[in-house]
Amino acid sequence: MSETPVDAAEVKHVAELARVDLDSEEADAFAAQFAEILEYFDALDEVPEVDTHEDLVNVMRADDIEESLDQTAALQNADETEDGFFKGPRVS
Amino acid sequence: MAHNAFITRETIDGADDGPLSGRTVAVKDNISTEGVRTTCGSAMLESYVPPYDATVVERLKQAGATIVGKTNMDEFGMGGTTETSAYGPVENPADSGHVPGGSSGGSAAAVAAGEADLALGSDTGGSVRNPAAFCGVVGIKPTYGLVSRYGLVAYANSLEQIGPIAQTVEDAAALLDVISGPDPNDGTTRFDLAGDDGGAADDRSAADGGSATHPATDANYAAAADGDVNGTTVGVVTDLLEGADDRVVDRFEATLDDLRSQGVDTVEVSLDSVEHAVQAYYVIAMSEASSNLARFDGVRYGVSGGDEGNWNESFARAREDGFGEEVKRRILLGTYALSAGYHDKYYQKAQDARAWVKRDFDDAFERADVLATPTMPVLPPALGESLSDPLQLYLMDANTVPVNLANLPAISVPAGEADGLPVGLQFVGPKFGEEAIVRAASAVEG
Amino acid sequence: MTAKALSEGELVSVIGLEVHVQLETDTKIFCGCSTEPADGEAPNTRTCPTCLGLPGALPVVNEGAVEAAVKVGKALDADIAEQTRFHRKNYYYPDLPKNFQITQYDAPICADGSLEVSVAGRRREIGIQRAHLEEDPGSLQHQGGSIDTADYTLVDYNRAGTPLMEIVTDPDFRTPTETRAFLAKLEEVLEYLGVFDAARDGSLRIDANISLIPEADVGEGGSIDTDALASANRTEVKNISSHKGAEQALAYEVTRQKNAVQRGRAVEQETRHWDESRGITVSMRSKEAEKDYRYFREADLPPLSVRGWRERIDIPELPDARRERFREAYGLDEESAAKLTSTKAVADFYEDVAGRFDPDLAATWVADNLLGELNYRDMSITDVDHRLEEFARLVELVDAGEITTKNAEEVVLRTMLDEGDDPDAVIDAEGLGTAPDEEVAVAVGEAIEENSDAVADYHAGEGGAINFLVGQVMGKTGGSADPGDVNELLRERLEE
Repeated sequence: MSETPVDAAEVKHVAELARVDLDSEEADAFAAQFAEILEYFDALDEVPEVDTHEDLVNVMRADDIEESLDQTAALQNADETEDGFFKGPRVS
Repeated sequence: MAHNAFITRETIDGADDGPLSGRTVAVKDNISTEGVRTTCGSAMLESYVPPYDATVVERLKQAGATIVGKTNMDEFGMGGTTETSAYGPVENPADSGHVPGGSSGGSAAAVAAGEADLALGSDTGGSVRNPAAFCGVVGIKPTYGLVSRYGLVAYANSLEQIGPIAQTVEDAAALLDVISGPDPNDGTTRFDLAGDDGGAADDRSAADGGSATHPATDANYAAAADGDVNGTTVGVVTDLLEGADDRVVDRFEATLDDLRSQGVDTVEVSLDSVEHAVQAYYVIAMSEASSNLARFDGVRYGVSGGDEGNWNESFARAREDGFGEEVKRRILLGTYALSAGYHDKYYQKAQDARAWVKRDFDDAFERADVLATPTMPVLPPALGESLSDPLQLYLMDANTVPVNLANLPAISVPAGEADGLPVGLQFVGPKFGEEAIVRAASAVEG
Repeated sequence: MTAKALSEGELVSVIGLEVHVQLETDTKIFCGCSTEPADGEAPNTRTCPTCLGLPGALPVVNEGAVEAAVKVGKALDADIAEQTRFHRKNYYYPDLPKNFQITQYDAPICADGSLEVSVAGRRREIGIQRAHLEEDPGSLQHQGGSIDTADYTLVDYNRAGTPLMEIVTDPDFRTPTETRAFLAKLEEVLEYLGVFDAARDGSLRIDANISLIPEADVGEGGSIDTDALASANRTEVKNISSHKGAEQALAYEVTRQKNAVQRGRAVEQETRHWDESRGITVSMRSKEAEKDYRYFREADLPPLSVRGWRERIDIPELPDARRERFREAYGLDEESAAKLTSTKAVADFYEDVAGRFDPDLAATWVADNLLGELNYRDMSITDVDHRLEEFARLVELVDAGEITTKNAEEVVLRTMLDEGDDPDAVIDAEGLGTAPDEEVAVAVGEAIEENSDAVADYHAGEGGAINFLVGQVMGKTGGSADPGDVNELLRERLEE
């Protein structure tokens, strides 16, 4: 059983962390679905702790230079650029 | 003819000759093709053109294949019916009112409809096997690390593999021969760096390669499609038969009977852990997705959030506009599962469940050479039927997700029809046991 | 902790540092792009799908970065983890191509080390809690204002993916001055290891944490009561990029916080931004909300098991040890030893020269003359490291008496540095060879003959007379005789 029901406010908080701009309707709809889905996930509480082992270890590459993309290729999908920089709104 | 299997039709020629010379291949639209639009079935990437090829695409070209286009898919691989695509649903060539499965629905439909000889899909929780079963074609999900993921747009990077789809087992296996192998650009394929003891090489020149070989290097998957299953033990996973549609079970049992007549022994196998597999899969997949899809902020590519306000506001707008509902749902749930206060309850517990599933499978392979289940517990749903209840959609993955959790290989091979709709049978193999499952599947076919 | 409680009694500063160091490898930490900026480099010209965060790209660890990390761990006396792995730190910021940073979380590559520093004659051992590898983000330009007031932002990802090592100290510092000494020492050690270049812009970035706690909670030997520290408010100061900056920023904070306490105001637990141009820290309270990084394993990077590398990787003799050895082996005083080990390049050169000639002569020449002239010209030994044989030749010439020390110092060395000529060429051009013995003997004879008054004065016991005669001989030889030799020779002849 879920410890705390997930309400629209919680959904909005999570949406902020995930940078998704939900409107109130969406937040409400998701809240209802999440409650059900999370309750289903609660069954994981029954799972015992199990040790894992690693398949692969020490995969590394040599410190050798490889060709980079040229500036045009790097910028080609950007919506806005300026003088070779990616451009976007201010930070704060 | 219009199944809407393709998002972009474009011909990419390969080398003049090679093992795939003269064959056409459709490539799922989450696999990067240089100079050719790659949308992942999303509005977010409607105009995104990668400046590089995925390693598997390079290998296709080197093998002489002709790529004929990028196929339709559930948005970012999130779905089981190809109905979450921003580019419209795909019709199942076997029956147009029904879904082709997903998320690689376009790839499977293209092959089933003869629009391409072969196709590549990706399988995170069943997304190659599911549409293969629903469309009546063959699909393979390789062992994690057999095939390079470099260039595959990540949904859940600890679970997914690119896999071949074809009309026959041998064709699918031949395509696997071409795309598999170690890739310096994908660290998770570097089984060629392991030391002689099978474990880690504590050697300083790890980057230069060790004494082991990657499992694909000496393998010949196509040759394993010889139908020779006399003496093979097939473990039937009873937990995944209960709750399946009777018509599916009937086809499954009939196919097993046929195999027995070819000299196969069957044993019953129970995997207690699979009861929690769907939960574990979704928590892990959604958590990884919430991080893998964070890069879509409109700065370097993708839908832009515009200039107004500050960066955070712009990002949030871009993602609200660019992502569909299922993608948003999984990103939010994944963020939640990883967040402080819930991490231990959900994400950590899901990892424990995953380890449990792996161990269960390891135990099962001590009693059987390959395991068998119906690929899907249901027949292909009608278009539009599955969209109202997300949880019901997730439960459809019950037979396929345990395989991804355990990092094992599996194949779906057509096992006849029920009510005119295709049914698939799934074989699961031990780690790097692709040859065994190819062999078993070829016996079903033959 | 209330302001009132804080104001009772003296307050002690408890400071810890998180130092981000750019490692000197040829390529970035997770891709093969070069880490070396070209001259006047254009933005976004040193990127690839991986460091640009393109869909489908994957990271692969750079062996050189791991090697550098093991060297750092060894030099800091730290343990190398049996198994070390990478995690994702998830947050959104335009300089972060994937909107997560690949870093290390619960299994850092190095832990439990220490570094000894000397401050005002006292030795203090600073604990190194951990040191781990992570990737550098890109760089931002705030256009049309400062970070708070800009109109828009420009982003360059050339720097994104540069390997960083984050070195976290225990909260062992008690004064801002100690942090400055530590940072200088740390830089010196890293430079000796060859993993760090102080001259590189942005190669060192520091975050500091400071708490003020009542003196009463400081135990014997300086240990801090852990409960007291846990309940004290901690200020994080970011955006420090130099040793001096660290000392200034922390000094500012200590003052600011003590003032607040005196006025009965509470000191907030917050993050502040060091503004070097204004010499103040500014609150960044708006960033506080975003602290849930949702760390989880980076599945694309298999873990590393490199404890065995500690034995196999050699590190050079570190500065302290080298200074000690110089003092003993070459009989140098503390100041000279310090100068001659200020960088590994200088120390290496000195040892080479000291091995071939007299160590004292070598010390004078390298520590005083060469370094002095280089400093004056704003140059460092690395600017002339392709000419070290020429300087060794100069020392050889002085040692053999072929030129006078004075000429060597004042003419030859300076001309070598200013014109780029080698010592033999300068000596020839300026005619500076030491006068041959016969010429000196003749000049001495002439000086005695021509200056009978001075000779008489000398025999009468006047000390100044000999200097006058030396001057005469120097004049005759055009200054190319060795004054000491001339003095000796004159006395001999006068005593005959």
